[in-house]
Amino acid sequence: MKALRNLLDNIKPHVQKGAKFEKFHSTFDALETLFFVPNTTNKNGVHVRDAVDLKRTMAIVVKALIPALLFGIWNVGYQHYLSLGVDASFWAEVGHGALKVLPIVVVSYGVGLGIEFMFAQIRGHEVQEGFLVSGMLIPLVLPVDIPLWMVAVATAFSVVIGKEVFGGTGMNIWNPALVARAFLFFAYPSKMSGDLVWISGLTKGEGVVDGFSGATSLGQAASGMAPSHSVAESFLGMIPGSIGETSTLAILIGAAILIYTGIGSWKIMVSTFAGGYLMGLLFNLWGANALMQVDAIHHLCLGGFAFGAVFMATDPVSATRTEKGKWIYGFLIGFLAIMVRVFNPAYPEGVMLAILLMNTFAPLIDHYVVQGNIKRRLKRAKVAA
Amino acid sequence: MSEVIKIKKGLDIQLAGKADKVFGQAELPELFAVKPTDFHGVVPKMAVKVGDKVKAGTVLFFDKYRPEIKFVSPVSGELAAVNRGERRRILEVIVKADGADEKEQFGAANAADLSKEQVVEKMQAAGLWPFIRKRPYDVIANADETPKAFFISGFDSAPLAPDMDFVLSGQEEALQAGIDVIKRLCDNVHVGVQNDAASKVFKNLNGVTVHTFSGPHPAGNVGVQIHHTMPISKGEVVWVAQPQEIIAIGKLFTEGVYDANRIVVLAGSEVEKKGYYRTKLGASISTLVKNNVKTDDTLRYISGNVLTGTQVEEDGFLGTYHSQVTVIPEGDYYEFMGWAMPGFNKFSMSHSFFSWMCKKKEYRLDANMHGGLRSFVVSGQYDKVLPMDILPEFLFRAILVEDIDKMEQLGIYELAEEDIALCEFVCTSKQPLQATLRKGIDLMIKELS
Repeated sequence: MKALRNLLDNIKPHVQKGAKFEKFHSTFDALETLFFVPNTTNKNGVHVRDAVDLKRTMAIVVKALIPALLFGIWNVGYQHYLSLGVDASFWAEVGHGALKVLPIVVVSYGVGLGIEFMFAQIRGHEVQEGFLVSGMLIPLVLPVDIPLWMVAVATAFSVVIGKEVFGGTGMNIWNPALVARAFLFFAYPSKMSGDLVWISGLTKGEGVVDGFSGATSLGQAASGMAPSHSVAESFLGMIPGSIGETSTLAILIGAAILIYTGIGSWKIMVSTFAGGYLMGLLFNLWGANALMQVDAIHHLCLGGFAFGAVFMATDPVSATRTEKGKWIYGFLIGFLAIMVRVFNPAYPEGVMLAILLMNTFAPLIDHYVVQGNIKRRLKRAKVAA
Repeated sequence: MSEVIKIKKGLDIQLAGKADKVFGQAELPELFAVKPTDFHGVVPKMAVKVGDKVKAGTVLFFDKYRPEIKFVSPVSGELAAVNRGERRRILEVIVKADGADEKEQFGAANAADLSKEQVVEKMQAAGLWPFIRKRPYDVIANADETPKAFFISGFDSAPLAPDMDFVLSGQEEALQAGIDVIKRLCDNVHVGVQNDAASKVFKNLNGVTVHTFSGPHPAGNVGVQIHHTMPISKGEVVWVAQPQEIIAIGKLFTEGVYDANRIVVLAGSEVEKKGYYRTKLGASISTLVKNNVKTDDTLRYISGNVLTGTQVEEDGFLGTYHSQVTVIPEGDYYEFMGWAMPGFNKFSMSHSFFSWMCKKKEYRLDANMHGGLRSFVVSGQYDKVLPMDILPEFLFRAILVEDIDKMEQLGIYELAEEDIALCEFVCTSKQPLQATLRKGIDLMIKELS
């Protein structure tokens, strides 16, 4: 620790303004602050500050994602051996899953952070921590059989077009991870939907036991069949689907961490689930097709609903920023997600589109909340006068 | 007994180093100073030269644009120095005390016999006008305006703040005399007191309306109290002052002299003998802190509290509006992997450190920033510590883009820096919010005057 500090102190003069390697200042700064909280003190304004900073905040979100990631790794292996009809051990399943999932994670972080550092360098800013979370979210919402080059292209697209063109962390309109997923969905639809991409090995035509389709429950329901997985299986997550989104249980553990630490908005999570449940109930009453007949609770456990509600909708930058607005925003996400799911048989996963749509409208919701505040103030002035 | 106004939002920072309610003994220092930087918007013009003899109450400088607003010496002695900063801006006007304690005589008077104009004139002549500040903007009041009320906060809820009941006990008469003067300026006088404090001093005052508040800091901020009793709309003005300043005003009329005596609390984790001290406005803090602080770390001396105070040197001076001196560690160290460590000793409003497991503990906080400046990312933090019907983040955005209309609509008239100091404290992105607000207020003053 001391040696590392000395090393950094030795390099520091060479990357300061005016020194030979000045252009590497932001890269150096990012590495330095990764290892050490800087020694800067408050100069004016408050003299003491809350211990939390953006690095800590982002690190906690990443920690909250770990249950979903670990479960996803095991489930990839489990589904793979299930499709082969082989009775594999727990560690064999984890091993297979890790081999498939970790490269995606590495590519996502490598490409994303590389671009972030480049932009920080060009702008002469400090590297902001936003991508620490996006880099983990992107792999978790992808199907496991996606080629790695697509991961790289999508990550690059999401960082550049989804975030940096707006000015970087804190300025983006849409959730960068969802931009990556939407990009893949519209650019390479065959790789992002259908029955084969969700289980590793199926696209390569590896042997499949009789009667095993690999289709997700949503896929089945969209084609008019009742989902073959029970509510309990969907809740626990032993179903095909994107890497990190299958286990509602693992996601809820993450949600508990986010809510307890006060970092994720419980208002958005609760209202998203409420919106989804209500829409599910309404469709149950209607019941015109298989998707409408799916139990409302079951709906919440399927596809990326829980993952979107807990980790995507709560992204503070792209969500509404007023407390009242959060209720409206979350509710509409849940409501629209189930609606898109039911009415769009071509692509039954509506959560992504619902969140991106509400990201777009978040400033509008905030606008009305702010106007409400302004009107109250004006009214008060008139009463007084 | 009026109803209790419950303040729900806010935060009491559990800072170590609370002072006991005892008086400490310390000599008065040799040097005293009046700092023009304490007064927003004042352009100082010197009235005396270095080497001139002054008495307590002699004018040292006045505002170039409002020459009737005068600033006087707290003690008798000789003008020792005028310290200037960048572009020859006057930072400190230093008086070396001679110990003779001579005072300018302004003559006692019965405020009830005087008109408002005569009261104002007398206060301005004796250098007491700067104690009357106004909301909006938190600047020295303009005597031509007619305030809708005069508001005094009877308690200070900031971290390690002095206990007003203790400070004021024994000074009831002077306080009442001051209130009688204030009532000539504005008949509608309000006092805010704390629910669980005895506040006898205030409850026994004649001619004031008492409001009772409960809840965490910033419940003691006069701005918060005004917001909950008589919110300020466009065009309205409320005057405010602090209890010890009211006493000084009372003494001008009963004794005819400028009274610079103040009781300050010396607190903070690094102070050995914490307690209350009798000193004078503008006194050097050197006699208070010398041989009275721990010396293991670099220290930060603050005139005022840790949220809104001014950083001073160990021989720096007490600010005009401050009745507190706080000493905390400077915190100029590197912390290895601080963002990943469990953090048992960290204080945070969020539960992102393991310190939530031991709730009641007191924390030895330092002046480290704990991170770097970032864009606004986390939302809803400021709302939790600002007990007003105001959307702080949107106001700050309006200030940053210099949108005067929006600033006005979003309630900038109701805020002073102290009200949003907690927002700055909790900010994950380490934004300088108090400076931002002052920038907005300065812009409002410039554009609307």
